[in-house]
Amino acid sequence: MRDVIIIGSGPAGYTAAIYAARAGLKPLMIASSVEPGGELMKTTDVENFPGFPDGLLGPDLMAKFQEQAERFGTEILLQDVVEVDLKANPKIVKCGNGDTFEAKAIILATGAAYRELGLPNEKALSGHGVSWCATCDGFFFREKTIAVVGGGDSAMEEALFLTRFASKVYVIHRRDTLKASKIMQDRAMANEKIEFIWNAGVEELLGDPKLTGVKLKDTVTGAESEMELDGLFIAIGNDPRVWLVENQLELTEEKFIKVDGRSSKTTIDGVFACGDVIDPTYRQAITAAGSGCVAALDAEHFISTH
Amino acid sequence: MATKNVTTASFKADVLDNPKPVMVDFWAEWCGPCRMVSPILDEIATEYSDKIEIVKVNVDEEPDLAMQYGVTGIPMMAVFQGGAIAKQMVGARPKNAIVEDLAAFLA
Repeated sequence: MRDVIIIGSGPAGYTAAIYAARAGLKPLMIASSVEPGGELMKTTDVENFPGFPDGLLGPDLMAKFQEQAERFGTEILLQDVVEVDLKANPKIVKCGNGDTFEAKAIILATGAAYRELGLPNEKALSGHGVSWCATCDGFFFREKTIAVVGGGDSAMEEALFLTRFASKVYVIHRRDTLKASKIMQDRAMANEKIEFIWNAGVEELLGDPKLTGVKLKDTVTGAESEMELDGLFIAIGNDPRVWLVENQLELTEEKFIKVDGRSSKTTIDGVFACGDVIDPTYRQAITAAGSGCVAALDAEHFISTH
Repeated sequence: MATKNVTTASFKADVLDNPKPVMVDFWAEWCGPCRMVSPILDEIATEYSDKIEIVKVNVDEEPDLAMQYGVTGIPMMAVFQGGAIAKQMVGARPKNAIVEDLAAFLA
């Protein structure tokens, strides 16, 4: 039996691993087979992580997190957790390859997954003009006309990155103001390839088998219009990844894992949660990391008193 | 059986005229998720070598094939059967999820 198993490998999971490992708990991190490193693996420049004044690439930052976690004895497994029994004693974690592990404490750092528009042909057009990852798919849109849906920092980042390839990048946003930080707004507004389409929602994805455009609806007047596009990047936010635990743990109204106050304690003893899966508000690499630290300290206290 | 590279020149013989279902993995060097899913596809190719073939198309080297099949996101895995796409999946996903999606071809 293990002391602690950490599920997830973003900034929260790795920080929990660093603290748990330094506390001598020999944590096992189950990092996922295809997405280890989490959301930052899909980003380019990270300019706001303290300690790196020149900025660095998201994947490089995650490689440093990993190096630091392994240095103190974290065991990292590139597998996917498919089932957990959190109420059992010890707690049970099953992986996709059939491996099963037991632990006194579990730290959930499963993050959040990108949100879909919820339109009927969205899946069919995914990879055929519809994308959620500019750094992955931007290459296919050289000299094309594309749009980004969303108004937050990730939408601005995607739009700015896509100007490297596309000849024109529209930003489609439901409101007339952006949620993005001032610096990202200023950069996007200053870029001559980027044009904002305010108060517009995407009503329909046009094209078969490949996206050819979208139908927009003005959120103020209700007027509908069509727009020709070669590509559409969706950056309308993320939903906490809770499917693994939603029948065992109490969630908040917004479907985040519920934790007790400023701690990482969930509604089951010995189960702790941290990072984007508990955070509807801040969702930054540094806040996730701080929250991972809290989870490791809470888990350490739990193990030493049980 | 390891996955092999397919080019525009060999696509017809290797994929379209292949009596077995063939899963084509559209990928590129610079694509992180492609690199993550690649060893998983190798494993599936080996385990199910009697049922399905898995081949790779490098979209940097074969832009025409990528364009012909309207690929704008990778990794894109398209299963060809009888010369036409019978199933496709986009993005790196765990092995069990891919195997589940391929169930009809692995039976």
